[in-house]
Amino acid sequence: MKLIKAIIKPFKLDDVKAALEEVGVTGLTAIECKGFGRQKGHTEIYRGSEYTVDFLPKIKLEVVVADEAAEGAVKAITSAANTGKIGDGKVFLSSIDEAIRIRTDETGNEAL
Amino acid sequence: MKKLFPILTILLALFASPLLGQDAEQPTATPSTEESTKPADEEASTDGEAKELTDEERANAVADKAKAEAWLEGQSLASEYSSLDDDDKRIEDYAIDSFVVSGDTAWMIVATALVLMMTIPGLSLFYGGLARRKNVLSVLVQCFACTALMTLLWTIYGYSVASSGDGQFFGDFAKVCLKGVGVDTVSGTIPESVYFTFQMTFAIITPALIVGAFAERMKFSAVLIFLTLWFTFSYLPVWHMVWGGGYLADKWEAIDFAGGTVVHINAGIAGLVACIVLGKRQGYPKSPMPPHNVPFVLIGAALLWVGWFGFNAGSELAADGVAGMAQLVTQVATATAAFVWMMTEWILKGKPTAVGIATGAVAGLVAITPASGSVGPMGAIAIGAAAALVCYWTATSLKHKLGYDDSFDVFGVHGVGGIVGALLTGLFFINAETGVEFVENKLKGQIVSVIVTIIWSGVVSYIALKIADVFCGGIRSTEDEEIQGLDVADHGEEGYQL
Repeated sequence: MKLIKAIIKPFKLDDVKAALEEVGVTGLTAIECKGFGRQKGHTEIYRGSEYTVDFLPKIKLEVVVADEAAEGAVKAITSAANTGKIGDGKVFLSSIDEAIRIRTDETGNEAL
Repeated sequence: MKKLFPILTILLALFASPLLGQDAEQPTATPSTEESTKPADEEASTDGEAKELTDEERANAVADKAKAEAWLEGQSLASEYSSLDDDDKRIEDYAIDSFVVSGDTAWMIVATALVLMMTIPGLSLFYGGLARRKNVLSVLVQCFACTALMTLLWTIYGYSVASSGDGQFFGDFAKVCLKGVGVDTVSGTIPESVYFTFQMTFAIITPALIVGAFAERMKFSAVLIFLTLWFTFSYLPVWHMVWGGGYLADKWEAIDFAGGTVVHINAGIAGLVACIVLGKRQGYPKSPMPPHNVPFVLIGAALLWVGWFGFNAGSELAADGVAGMAQLVTQVATATAAFVWMMTEWILKGKPTAVGIATGAVAGLVAITPASGSVGPMGAIAIGAAAALVCYWTATSLKHKLGYDDSFDVFGVHGVGGIVGALLTGLFFINAETGVEFVENKLKGQIVSVIVTIIWSGVVSYIALKIADVFCGGIRSTEDEEIQGLDVADHGEEGYQL
């Protein structure tokens, strides 16, 4: 099983969710976070004090899929989240040791 | 279409009834500018009828005329009455209930409410929004507690020490616990109870203003003790000196219509001293500390703006032309200041900010306060523009250059705005009859009152802080408390459970 972590722009969440549903991924976790890479932040001014705000709002998606489905899921995310502009985000893959469904104690691919 | 008919019927009923009712009743007799013609009108209408008057009707007409004349007589004697001492023998000659003018009283009761609204929630939200999220409650509670505390202090001894008695710097204790002030006692043309409560709202907001200077790092207990001492030894004497016939009014004829020196310079200097004695917040100025809720700041500023009509127009203590003009110049000066600040920020920084325009409005409100009884609309524009430019510089440039941490610019806006307003009050005037505006030099009294207030408030604030330091074992919150946030540290609460 693979854990897919994707940092995407917040307004792309609905598109990515729809794309993942199309390839058969039925569950995901979304976390509101902030981050930056090459995309610069902005400056805010309060009564003459200027602050540079580096961080931008982002959404971090986490999906766990069976090994066979990983490639398809990653492709769905990258195509749906792409805008062509700096700050689109990144996708990371790692391996998962185990997955358990809490209600039924199912493990492995049945738990996904 | 079907739904239109009931709506049309209802609209018709709403608009038809006042139209139909117009001829039904005569307007009831109320005090107006045409007082002298009122009794004459009543007589003329009765004489104009073709029938003879019955004895009863004639007696009623005579009684009405006598009542009207007594009321008129009372009006013109009101100013004499209010200047009598409590033991003056002539006091019995005046019929007390002739002097309360219901229009003035009604307006002053409303003005009192407006000024209280300026503190809670106007100032509370204005400051609360500027604070960081972890300290929002501390600011709100300090304002609320100040309201409660100052109400009691004003009632018990504040009103007496400020307004009663002939001293140069302090009044006396003749009206302690409102002795001698009852339901029927009069002050000018309004009940003394109304005057008392109106002035109480000023006594509430002035210490509350200081809160913004030392916000986010002062212990709550120390705040209460400091404000109590400052109120007693700085607010009351400056009040007495300017409005109680004391040193500044008596020897220097200082003009301060609604509280430029008594309220704003007084509080502004106290704020400056407090923030310097307390020291800077941890992380200031390197760490960003932006306002956590800018909508609050705007709402607070708007409540201050609207409430300020009570503050300035109410300081006339009557519902008359001076009050009307005070409201006018308040609006004009504030709008000018807001606009000028906005344009200045736009040009200098590239974008006009919400906090900026709100601050500009407040600066204008502060500066017009001492001048609102004597200036005209063009003078108001000048004062508003000057306040915006000077306060912009003090709040954004001077503060950073000198390095003091005035959390919410109490000195930068209220202190400096008050100084600008107090000085310009001695320059711009309007002729009450012709509306001609002119420049006259009455600066001497203004300069003296500014300097005296600065020194008095500064010294008293410093001593008060030192005393509070002893009483509370330190006035500043501990490092951990400051990082955790005063809401949890002092009040055991979180402002938002999100």
